[in-house]
Order: sequence, then C-alpha cells, then structure tokens
Amino acid sequence: MINVALPKGRLGEKVYAMFAAAGYECPSILENNRKLIFENEAAGVRYFWVKPSDVAIYVERGAADIGVAGKDILLEYRPDVYELLDLNLGRCRMAVAAKKDFRDDTEKTLRVATKFTRIAREYYAGLGRDIDIIHLNGSIEIAPILGLSDVIVDIVETGKTLLENNLEPVETIVPISARLIANKASFKFNASTIEAIAEGLKGQIKYD
Amino acid sequence: MTMNPLGYPLKREERVLFGLRALYQRHGYRQYKMGKFEEYDLYARNKDFLVSDGIITFTDTDGRLMALKPDVTLSIIKNTKDVEDQVQKVCYSENVYRISGSTRQFKELMQTGLECIGDVDLYSLCEVIALAAESLDLIDADNVLELSHMGVVSALVNTLDLDPDERAAALQCIGEKNIDGLKKLCPGKDVAGVEKLISAHGAPKAVIEALRPFCGQGLAKAALDELETVTRLLNRHNVQLDFSIVNDMNYYNGIVFQGYIHGIPTGVLSGGQYDRLMQRMGRESRAVGFAIYMDLLERLDKESRPYDVDVLLLYDASADVAALSQAVEVLTKDGSTVTAQRAIPDKLKYRKLVKFEGGKIID
Repeated sequence: MINVALPKGRLGEKVYAMFAAAGYECPSILENNRKLIFENEAAGVRYFWVKPSDVAIYVERGAADIGVAGKDILLEYRPDVYELLDLNLGRCRMAVAAKKDFRDDTEKTLRVATKFTRIAREYYAGLGRDIDIIHLNGSIEIAPILGLSDVIVDIVETGKTLLENNLEPVETIVPISARLIANKASFKFNASTIEAIAEGLKGQIKYD
Repeated sequence: MTMNPLGYPLKREERVLFGLRALYQRHGYRQYKMGKFEEYDLYARNKDFLVSDGIITFTDTDGRLMALKPDVTLSIIKNTKDVEDQVQKVCYSENVYRISGSTRQFKELMQTGLECIGDVDLYSLCEVIALAAESLDLIDADNVLELSHMGVVSALVNTLDLDPDERAAALQCIGEKNIDGLKKLCPGKDVAGVEKLISAHGAPKAVIEALRPFCGQGLAKAALDELETVTRLLNRHNVQLDFSIVNDMNYYNGIVFQGYIHGIPTGVLSGGQYDRLMQRMGRESRAVGFAIYMDLLERLDKESRPYDVDVLLLYDASADVAALSQAVEVLTKDGSTVTAQRAIPDKLKYRKLVKFEGGKIID
C-alpha cells in the first residue's frame, strides 16, 4: 500500500484527477464528507488530504510514501526527499513586488516582507544586498502599502491581487509548479510501485 | 525480546549495540574511547565536512575555545598516523551533539561506527562495506545497502561542461532524482548520461551495464570498473546501486554508501571513502568508514509494552522490612519485575496486584 499525501484545495483536486486518470482511482474521495483518509485496496493506494505546506513534512518523515508539493515549499523548507516529477500544475512564480512608484534606494537596507524567508534571504544574499526580513503569515500585500516594508517576496499567479492593491511585480525569483515527491527510504523498498505511479502521472501531464 | 544473562529484556538498540561491537571486534577493529570535548579549531577548519552547521562551544579553564563533539571521524583521523602498508582499524560508540531537523535545536545523538585508516587496499575497502551490510542485517533483515561512486558521478557531470554554481545545482538534481530540474538546468545539452545515472538503480549488474555506454574511457571507465569489482566481491551481501547518494566531493571520493531499514523514514547508516578529507588534513593515508545513527532504531519497535511492571506489591506501614525484602526477592525469582509500594501509584500499569500482609504474600 502506497500512502499519498495530497494538498487540500483546488490544486489537490487537479492532482487527484491525474492520479485517477493514471489508474489510481479512489471514488470515495470525491464524496462531500469530513473523512480525511481514502483507500483503494485493489489499486494499492491510500490518499489523505493535508495542508499544502505540510505535505513535505508527511513525506520527509515517512507518514506518506509520496506526495505532491509546490516548489515554493520545497525551496523554503528543503525537505530531504526525492523530487521525481514536475507535474506542470499550479504554475506561478516567486517574485519580488512593490508599490508602482517604488524606486530601490540602494543606500538603505531593503525591508522585505514575506512568508518565504529562506527564499528571500538567499535571493538577496546572491545579489549581495543587505536586507531586513519581516516574516508575515498572510496578507503580505498590505505591508508595503502601510510602510511596513519596501518590497514583498511572494507567489504571483496572475498578478491580479497585486494590481488591486496598486502593487506590481518587479523581479521574478524562480518559477513554481507542483512536484511529485517521495520519501527516500520508502523509495528503496517500493521503487517499482512508486516509479509506476510516476510513469502513469507523466502520461497525464498537460504541456502548453 | 532477547533476554540478557541477568534476566531482563534488552531493548533493540541495546541488543544491536552489543552485536555491532562484537562484530567489529571479531574483525580486529579496536574500540576507541574518546573524550567528549575537542578544540573548536578542528571543526572550524573542516566545517563543510560536518552534517550540521551548529557546534556547542565553551571556553576551557586555560582560555582555549572547546567544542562538544559534533562528529567522531575528525577526532579519529587526528589521532592516527600514516604508516606504509598498514591500516588502523578502530570502532566507536559515542554521543555527538548536533542541530537536528526543522526545530533547529541541539540534540545528543548516539553514533556507532568504524573507520579504517592507512594504506587502504581493495580488501580493506570490501571489508568495510561488507561490515556495513552485516551491521544492517544485525538491526533488521529487511534492509538495503546502496552504493554510489563519486568518480562515476563526477565524470558524467563533467561531460555537461557547467560553471561551479550550475555544477552544484546539477549535483543537487542527482541527489533529488530530479530529471526535470536537470533538463531545465542544461537546455540544449545532451544530458542522456546523467539522466541514466539518475534513473538507473537497483541490482549492480544491470545498473553497471546500463551505464557502460556513457562511461567509455578515462576516469569514468576506471570508476565504473572499480564499482563492478567491488560489487562482484560483495555479491553474497544485499548490495544495490543508487547514484543519488551525493556526498560532498571536497571530502569524499570513490565509493560512498548509505543503509536503509524498512520502517525507518531516513537512512540509518552512512559512509564512504574520504581520501580527500585526509589530504585536506595534510595526510597521505587513505580512509574509509561509516556511522550508524543508533537513536533512529527506537522507531522500529512500534509496540509499546503493555505493562510498566509485572507485579505491584502493596504493603502497609506496619510491615516487617526484612520479611518484605525477602518477599520481593521471591517474586523476582522467575524474572518478573516487581515494585513494592504502600499505595497504588497513579497511572502505573501492572499485570498483577499482590498484597503483603502479616509477613506473607497474599495473591
């Protein structure tokens, strides 16, 4: 039995559709109830929904053999897992954004508000820029508006939220998409099954 | 559970520890007892060799900056000498102090392992890898020992002609089995060799055959040949190949390996040849060794014991102490665990309650 951690939400539903199309169905998962674990014994898979940012933890610690996590989470938390496949789903980018009239004053320390402190720190370290990181858990866009920070580092999908708040993306740090990850030890003992699942999912990836 | 001669059950970690020590000593590895502290300078000079970046330091009475050992290998190297045609074989069980996982807090971790330092030849190399395989067998029969060869990895990555940053990223992709990431990193380049390196894993013979076409000559061929020789000599052990073991090339060279036990979510054994580290420390000898992370083994025994104690012996304040001692002695004769108490302790789980009244045991 392979345990699969899926990210709760819209992305997770799309990911499940790929698993189902690849032959790893579990119809009970689509029923609207409060159950968290779903099993298809014949197909040898057990799914469970977890908070998207927790998927990597479940996989790294072996509670799930495989899972689907955003590249943003993998870059921020650096779990010790295999990254077997880019599912080309949930595509967006990690970007620096600022108020429309923003001018980078290089004489001062740059104040950066973000949920992704590691990604932001490494990006600016690469530029040799001195920054002051402000870790926020949500509503990052409000930080530059209220003068809490000069810029933000956040995920940008369409840029609509930024636009509505009179912000705009300044720089792309890295493109993001959903990845199939696997626990390293589980892979050793279930390599053929996990590779078969990865191969099945590969056939479901939509490229544009 | 295995009983020891004293009659009480051993935990798996304890049983494994005794077994490993006996195994290593049978092969002439001398037990090496170390001090808990080492001068900080030793680690500062070889910082990247350490698994975690944090070190607990303190100032000794003479003003020297000292550290609680984060690693055992460096101390062992420091205390060995280069002698031609000789190898020094040592084994150890020591606590090390490291920052662990996402909590970023210091932890005391128990490590058991061995090092073979000196004129390491093919025999010594195979002996160490065989002992690693046998160590895993002692822990649990359901295990995998995976070998990689830094020479093969390095030679195939060199064919991509990358700058140092890209090279580091390519090695990371190999470690993650991330073929998509590798392709994005090297657009327009022929990555077939490295892709095969990532996708080929499992039984040595098949993997080596799959890689042959990409390791035509020079260093790549020599490394693959060495891997073939070693795996053929180790064929009675359950050894597999997987090149996603990418240790730091500044320290490791040649064969590196990692051991897994079914049911433990991370590798429990890690080792390899570290001739480069020896060179960096100004030494001419070669070296190979491995360590086992003993604290991970407690995860294997999932069932918790149903009772804290077999017998709860209740006595009252008037009980004769000599008679009570004798009663406890009698009850423990059959190997039972006994706790004598005047009242039933909160939350204690006992198998049997026995009363001590009028100088006698009453069931």
